[in-house]
Amino acid sequence: MPISARVFLIDTRVAQQYCHGKGVFMESCLKVVDVYKSFGAVKALNGINLEIRKGEIHCLAGENGCGKSTLIKIISGIYQLDSGHIELAGKQYTQIAPIESIMNGVQVIYQDLSIFPNLPVFENIAFNSELAKKKKLVNRKELRSIAQAAVEKIDFKVDMDALMGDLSVADKQLVAISRALINDAKLIIMDEPTTALTKREVSSLFKTIRDLQQRGISILFVSHKLNEVFEISDRFTILRNGENAYSGTTGELDENKFAYYMTGREFAYETFAPLKLSEKPVLEVSKLSLNNVFQDINFSLYKGEILGITGLLGSGRTELALSLFGAVKEIDGDIRVNGKKVKLRKIRHAIQNGIGYVPEDRLSEGLFLQQSIGENIIISKIDQLTNKVKILNKKLRKAEIEKWVKNLAIATPNPSNAVTTLSGGNQQRVVLAKWLSRNLDVLILNGPTVGVDIASKYDIHQILKKLAAEQMGLIVISDDIPEILRLCNRILIMKDGRLTGEFQQGDVTEKEISDLLLAGI
Amino acid sequence: MKKTFDKLLRKNEFYIFLVIIVVGLAIQFRSGQFFASNNLVDIFSAMIVPHLFGLGLFMIIVTGGIDISFPAIASLSCYITTKVMIDTNFNGSILVPLIMAGAIGWILGMLNGFLVVKFNFPALIITLGTQSIFRGINQGVLGAVQLPILPETMAKFGLEPLFKVVNRTSGLTSVMPIAAIIWVLAIVFVFLVMRFTMFGRGIYATGGNEVSAERAGFNVKKIKFLIYSFNGLLASIGGFIYFCRMGQYEPTNLIGMEMTIIAGVILGGTALTGGKGSLFGVFIGTFLMVLVDNSLILLGVPSFWKTFATGLLILIGVGISALQVKRASNRYGKSS
Repeated sequence: MPISARVFLIDTRVAQQYCHGKGVFMESCLKVVDVYKSFGAVKALNGINLEIRKGEIHCLAGENGCGKSTLIKIISGIYQLDSGHIELAGKQYTQIAPIESIMNGVQVIYQDLSIFPNLPVFENIAFNSELAKKKKLVNRKELRSIAQAAVEKIDFKVDMDALMGDLSVADKQLVAISRALINDAKLIIMDEPTTALTKREVSSLFKTIRDLQQRGISILFVSHKLNEVFEISDRFTILRNGENAYSGTTGELDENKFAYYMTGREFAYETFAPLKLSEKPVLEVSKLSLNNVFQDINFSLYKGEILGITGLLGSGRTELALSLFGAVKEIDGDIRVNGKKVKLRKIRHAIQNGIGYVPEDRLSEGLFLQQSIGENIIISKIDQLTNKVKILNKKLRKAEIEKWVKNLAIATPNPSNAVTTLSGGNQQRVVLAKWLSRNLDVLILNGPTVGVDIASKYDIHQILKKLAAEQMGLIVISDDIPEILRLCNRILIMKDGRLTGEFQQGDVTEKEISDLLLAGI
Repeated sequence: MKKTFDKLLRKNEFYIFLVIIVVGLAIQFRSGQFFASNNLVDIFSAMIVPHLFGLGLFMIIVTGGIDISFPAIASLSCYITTKVMIDTNFNGSILVPLIMAGAIGWILGMLNGFLVVKFNFPALIITLGTQSIFRGINQGVLGAVQLPILPETMAKFGLEPLFKVVNRTSGLTSVMPIAAIIWVLAIVFVFLVMRFTMFGRGIYATGGNEVSAERAGFNVKKIKFLIYSFNGLLASIGGFIYFCRMGQYEPTNLIGMEMTIIAGVILGGTALTGGKGSLFGVFIGTFLMVLVDNSLILLGVPSFWKTFATGLLILIGVGISALQVKRASNRYGKSS
């Protein structure tokens, strides 16, 4: 090689190392090159490429079933790839065993955190490394000191003898992170770590992640939440149907692009403008209070509008919704429906007054999981689908089910399949159908798109807008501020049990709302 | 101080202990016989077999499994052993039939372990099946019948005392059999394994979360295979001691015993869902079952009430566990 060429090579390498904005090295920590993997006839990964650089926070995003988990399992050695290779620490592997992956400093923190709820914290942390050392006997002193050293790395204070199951989700996560740090981790893969965390816990997790980055540890952060990708990552890779949809730096990403690469669909994001509002409010709430939870709540809801209520966890937003649905008995104050004063002491009262509620956790509160899609749809109308002697009319039942499967485009080959066979978005449509079949005046939705993928979220928004256009009054409770801004024509801010602000859409920005919510915390 | 007390209140062992004291005092009050030295020796010697069964079962239940085939294993392995000993006019060391029974039990336990690990069916169904198979082999294929006279070594082993206690007032003699040595050794062995080996911690880890245990590097399959095998070993040794002390072999004697043993283990706070339980709990849980079995008669309760009392205890034990699960989930709910 001529001397000049060699000089050039060195130069570019040095340049590469320092060209990144944050002064992070450009050296790669992990490379996945052209990886294919199929399970029987199903192609899970179709020529995937992924590069993670040293000390960067890299986001891996994609809808459910796009191949994220398969890719992680290949990197960690649980699955073997069909063709292609991965590079760790400069070495190429076409086959890698789990232990080799660990020896190369790869640590995976799974969504369930892989913990033992029945055992104390120190055993949870130290088991892995003791087993890796092929220890046969238990030396509690040693386990404790390993665990202590691990938690000190991230300045995490915890009672070593506490049972793991007694810890909060956030603390469990910190235990899992401490454990990952024991074996000199170079790359930590976190599989959707924010799913069960509150906003505040998420920001403290992000702080920990940035600390790790400062130490030169690379993070592969798996998420499909756009705001998290923006907030935490340096670069990102989006997978779709087992293929690379896009990779790049986070700076070049915006919401529309993100949604497009995730789903392959273009969405026309338009804000909601009500066609026509009723002259009189359909629901009036005045001086509504619930001991120690919320006080002096006043607002009106008109037919044809979508009213957003946003607030942090613990602001009383869910309890307010439940009060309007008759699920809380001890409330004080006035509730009027169509101008008439009503007492909502039982859920049945609310339903009789035309009020429906879509709960936050559809799996435990909104659906009968063991039952079929069809049964779930007709459940709240079942009393009207009977013949003269009060026996269920099969024809009516079938017609009703078909109507809603079609109207809401519920993706199922057969409505008598179990409701658990549906994706999150489609399950949420079933919950909606359940209520819509009753011709309600007011529908209250609590976190309507939590855990729903982008495409379904968009579709659900379209359905809600259509309902409003058909003169239903909707209340959407959500802490997803962009969602509230896009979906609602009027926004109420709820904080510490009080309504602290009211805005028309367009009069307020995301930042302003978020500042209001977080003020004083 | 309050914290330790709270912790105590969350433990089954504590409540069982209270029940034992109440029952004990009632018997003492009624007959004055409970705290008599010979009665205590009687109770402890009656514990040897159930507790040996309970030890093996305890480890299995901690992993989240169950085995109801152990009485059938004990019957089958003891029949083969006894029959061979009789047919060969064996007259050597007791260790020979003991090891032979243990080995057969181990192999039958291995079959359970293999099926559980390989097919991953619910262990209840598997051992329900193997129980019938073992029984069928014993009484059908091998034609097991009562063996009224045991080989001399076995009969002697059953009767030989480790020590004797004489009650001065009643003049009754109670015998602690030599087999108690095996019992104590088994307790010490299981204690050491559960507390001081990674294998033992792996048993708890598997019961806590099987997937996590695998990811952490525990060989879950090996753990399960070994404890089901070990349970077979303990079962047949327990059965061997049982028949030697009886002085005869009877193929149907142990049938139905599985329920009392499971009840004892659960009463002592071992969670049927796995991951939780202590050796001390198994001890006092079994103690209570044996106490009820042996001592109700001292209270003047007709013996047919025994099964009633046993059933009641099972319900109480399960009830306490359910209550604790509920309380625990409340606690988790608050913290998250």
